[in-house]
Amino acid sequence: MSDIKKIKDEYLNKLDSDLNLESVNQIKTELFGKNGQISNSFKSLGSLPTDERKKFASDLNSIKDELQDKINSKLHEIETREINSKLENEKVDVTLPEREFNQGKIHPVSQVIDEISSIFSEIGFSVEEGPDVENEYYNFTALNTPDNHPARDMHDTFYLNNNKELLLRTHTSPVQIRTMLNGKPPFKIIAPGRTYRSDSDQTHSPMFHQVEGLHIDKDTNMGHLKGCLNYFIKSFFEVDKIKMRFRPSHFPFTEPSAEVDIGYEIKNGKIVVGEGDKWLEILGCGMVHPNVLKNVKVNPDKYQGYAFGIGIDRLGMLKYGINDLRAFFETDYRWLNHFGFDPLDVPSNYRGLSR
Amino acid sequence: MKFTIGWLKEHLNTKKKDSELIERLTDVGLEVESFENLNSDLDNFKVAKIINVQQHPNADRLRVCDVDIGQENNVKVVCGAPNAKKDLLTVYAGPGSIIPKNNMKLTISKIRGVTSYGMLCSESELNLSDESEGITELKIAKYSNKIGENFFKNKNEKVIDLSITPNRPDCLGLRGIARDLAAAGAGKLIKISKNNIKKHGTQKIKVSISKDKNQGCTVFGSCLIEGVTNKESPQWLKEKIVSIGQKPISAIVDITNYVMLDLNRPLHAYDADKIDKEIIVRNSKKGETFEALDNKEYKLDDDMCVISDKSGVLGLGGIIGGTRSGTEINTKNVLLESAYFIPRSIRKTSKLLNIDTDAKFRFERGIDPQSIELGLSKAAELISEICGGRISNFDIQKTDKYEKNKIKFKVSLFEKITGFKVNDNEIIKILIDLGFEVSKKKFELDLKIPTWRPDITQSIDVVEEIVRIKGYENIETLEPEKTKIKDTLNKQQKLFHFLQRSIASKGYFETVTWSFTDSKINNLFRENLKEIKIVNPISSDLDVLRNSIFTNLTFFLKKNLDRGFKDISLFEIGPIFKDSKPGEQLTVIGAIKSGKISRLNWNEKDRIVDVFDVKKDVIQTLAEAGYDKQSFFVREKTPSYYHPGKSGSIYLDKDELDPVAYFGEIHPNILKKLDIKTEGLVGFEIYMDYLRENKIKLKDLKPNFEYSDYQKSERDYAFVVDKNVKAQDLIEIISSIDKNLIRSIKIFDIYEGENIPQDKKSIALNVTIQSSEKTLEDSDLEKINKLIISTVETKSGAKIRS
Repeated sequence: MSDIKKIKDEYLNKLDSDLNLESVNQIKTELFGKNGQISNSFKSLGSLPTDERKKFASDLNSIKDELQDKINSKLHEIETREINSKLENEKVDVTLPEREFNQGKIHPVSQVIDEISSIFSEIGFSVEEGPDVENEYYNFTALNTPDNHPARDMHDTFYLNNNKELLLRTHTSPVQIRTMLNGKPPFKIIAPGRTYRSDSDQTHSPMFHQVEGLHIDKDTNMGHLKGCLNYFIKSFFEVDKIKMRFRPSHFPFTEPSAEVDIGYEIKNGKIVVGEGDKWLEILGCGMVHPNVLKNVKVNPDKYQGYAFGIGIDRLGMLKYGINDLRAFFETDYRWLNHFGFDPLDVPSNYRGLSR
Repeated sequence: MKFTIGWLKEHLNTKKKDSELIERLTDVGLEVESFENLNSDLDNFKVAKIINVQQHPNADRLRVCDVDIGQENNVKVVCGAPNAKKDLLTVYAGPGSIIPKNNMKLTISKIRGVTSYGMLCSESELNLSDESEGITELKIAKYSNKIGENFFKNKNEKVIDLSITPNRPDCLGLRGIARDLAAAGAGKLIKISKNNIKKHGTQKIKVSISKDKNQGCTVFGSCLIEGVTNKESPQWLKEKIVSIGQKPISAIVDITNYVMLDLNRPLHAYDADKIDKEIIVRNSKKGETFEALDNKEYKLDDDMCVISDKSGVLGLGGIIGGTRSGTEINTKNVLLESAYFIPRSIRKTSKLLNIDTDAKFRFERGIDPQSIELGLSKAAELISEICGGRISNFDIQKTDKYEKNKIKFKVSLFEKITGFKVNDNEIIKILIDLGFEVSKKKFELDLKIPTWRPDITQSIDVVEEIVRIKGYENIETLEPEKTKIKDTLNKQQKLFHFLQRSIASKGYFETVTWSFTDSKINNLFRENLKEIKIVNPISSDLDVLRNSIFTNLTFFLKKNLDRGFKDISLFEIGPIFKDSKPGEQLTVIGAIKSGKISRLNWNEKDRIVDVFDVKKDVIQTLAEAGYDKQSFFVREKTPSYYHPGKSGSIYLDKDELDPVAYFGEIHPNILKKLDIKTEGLVGFEIYMDYLRENKIKLKDLKPNFEYSDYQKSERDYAFVVDKNVKAQDLIEIISSIDKNLIRSIKIFDIYEGENIPQDKKSIALNVTIQSSEKTLEDSDLEKINKLIISTVETKSGAKIRS
């Protein structure tokens, strides 16, 4: 007994010192090899008297386990140390730049159109579109703006032929006409798109974007119009409260007509929409003129409703603090990068309009 | 429409504060553009005295004046006026002033080496008269104790500028504005007092309206005032004219302008002695000419409404008078015209001749046909007051009566449209205040429309009158209903949004450019499409509708390259135009990529962008959009703006007629022509209109999930083929051998050169073979292996490379 105890202490002691893999294997052989000390002790088991044998065997086994565990843990320790030292040598400078990636961008106009579509989708509007080239009838006449109407002067129209029959649409309102001619009431649509006017300066671009809205049903009245626009403006600017003012105005295709102002203030040189004591004109709207309904074969005694037109670029400028309209269309890489949106940032109702 | 509050109060009896009036104007639909102190710009003009005059050292014609402007120190002003002399009282404009005549803003500036602090003004520069020869000379008696005071008085006058919508001609006169305000409760409309001018005898100049077809004049009223002394207008009248930004001319002209602004009743004054015998209102004949008051000679077409005499055209009725019969300062006898011209005729003529005048603006919108005599008497009264003279009886020629229009107005319509109720009595009061004649029936009102409101023709117009006067703030805000009639987006729109974001996610910046472009650039990308010219382009380099998205993309690419960017990826999704009729347009995605991939990257070697970069982007985009990549088919034919050897077109499958996309290098000639300097330029186009709709919805596609767990085997082959054999063909041959077993084919090497004949190339492929029924045995694999080799060899003339 004392022998094996001695062996145990001796080797545990050895194993506690700083060893390499080789020496541990050497120890392993010395203990458990063919003529190893522990192996030999087991062999000697048979020569012991029966009453001692049981106790000795039990002690021997526990010593064997203890030594084996110690060896295993030593081996593991060495292995780990070796791997660690190997990995230490493989070290790279992780502050070096990653492999190249290019983050694309969505143009603010597209983003704003998607935001608008998402908001109106919530209150039951669907999206309609129409051609950029229109004929004079759809752009003006059907919209109760006959040839001699001075309101035509307010639209500096681009023409495609000399008799002024073909033109680039000056507003998205002709989509109203096309939609109503091709379907039956009720109608509840928005129509975003490109529009064109022969006007170019800091605040005007010969091409810009508008969204037209139209809701025709049996008793859609000005209260619904107010409610719809109030909901839209609040949702779009992502504010709880917004000051809004409806002012009488005139458009040939609506009667009564209104222009809508929203309250704003200037904070740190930026326009902040919402409260404020200044007014900013933001859209035109009104009840669709009975003449327009007649032109599209909708009975104005049975159906009525509202229409509105909003400048998309302007909405984007206000919401995202862009001050130059012309920059929208100048494809400056720096501008696109700065004001563009990540393509995965899809405006939707459940995620919210913007991050 | 500019006017002073003081002038407004000549028609409106009100105790309201200015700010309340401004608010009320906005509330009734008369948009206030600006509201400012009349003299805010004019405060800088001071009465001043020249103390000393010296010759300018460097200029013979200039002098340097020391000027007393009532401050501690005199100021030095360089002046070129011959009449600048010591002790002269004149008008001094300090730095920052805006000269009324030309809106020029003064700064402290050096004139030929001498610093001038401001300017001494001529009467012309102050819009006081045409006198521009020298600086203003002020009377010593009146101004000697006013040095340093503001030259322009009535300092407290405020000017309102309204933007009047085209439906409201009545509000182009002060009276109309006052009427609206009164109806809205902002005061009381002051009655126009009957004037008691004495008329003497008939109007001696004969007037007739000819019975031409489409005669543009239906009423012509006139009055002759004999023995007048035309002169400068009295101060009150001058000030009125100046207050609204116009220039006083002479009493007679100023009076006609005053009446026009006051009542929206345009008038014209002729020098009666210059009229040859009689006035004939008739249609013009082609080729007739006349010189108008704007000093331009106009050549007329047929059927323009002219006022003429025996010698020819005197003026274009309702648009502009002529120089031949205009009044002058020595005019003795005046014929006043007050007429009605039909808006359509006015508009047509002025458009054809491209004339825009104040009178035209008003007649085109509709003048009150019943204001003829009111205008004549007000103007005649003022002329005789200021210039003296004998007023004749009024001569009124008319071919139309202009009675008041009638509308039966169902009161319930108001609530139906606006959603709120106003009681009948209030409605009636509003309408009466606006000038309607109202008689009440059981459920409706019989209305007679005032003749100054040509815009009111039907019941809905009456609703607007009531609601705007009552106030839009009374309209309730109703919660929007959420009921949906249709899906928000249709399939094509969904696809549009998907593709747009799919391409952006591949590193492209989306841009939006104008739908028109420079025809010179357009021609490079036009192919066989028609050139669509804009008749009135905004500038000569934006003269056509674009036939391709690449037009603007390449143009702006160059701009960005010039800014120093090299590796640029841009795309636009939008319309291109095939022809000039509505709907002859296509929705196209155009994308371009320039420069290099991995430029200046420490761990990847850089390379120039190439055709396979864009091929990947376009194929991946289409695959992401749900089209089956396996059936895509690529052909070599592409538009001529692509590199003929490094471009392709993609068909959704082999049998489709139209390609859905092109991709490739942009033709080097185009880069040269556009002077684009980059290492490489590639691009692609996707034609949305040719992408067929996926008929099956995603939800119907998902349920059949089939897969095989049996062992896969891979075999590599290298075939030596003719150089012109296409990889696509080889893949097709192999994949059609056994669609059940051959799961995928990958090309992992293309080799030309040593050990391969010159006209050949080697294509190395990896084929994955897997059964969905069993684990394939060696014999099965050997069989398919042999089949692949023999089929490829027979069908493509290839040889397996040993």
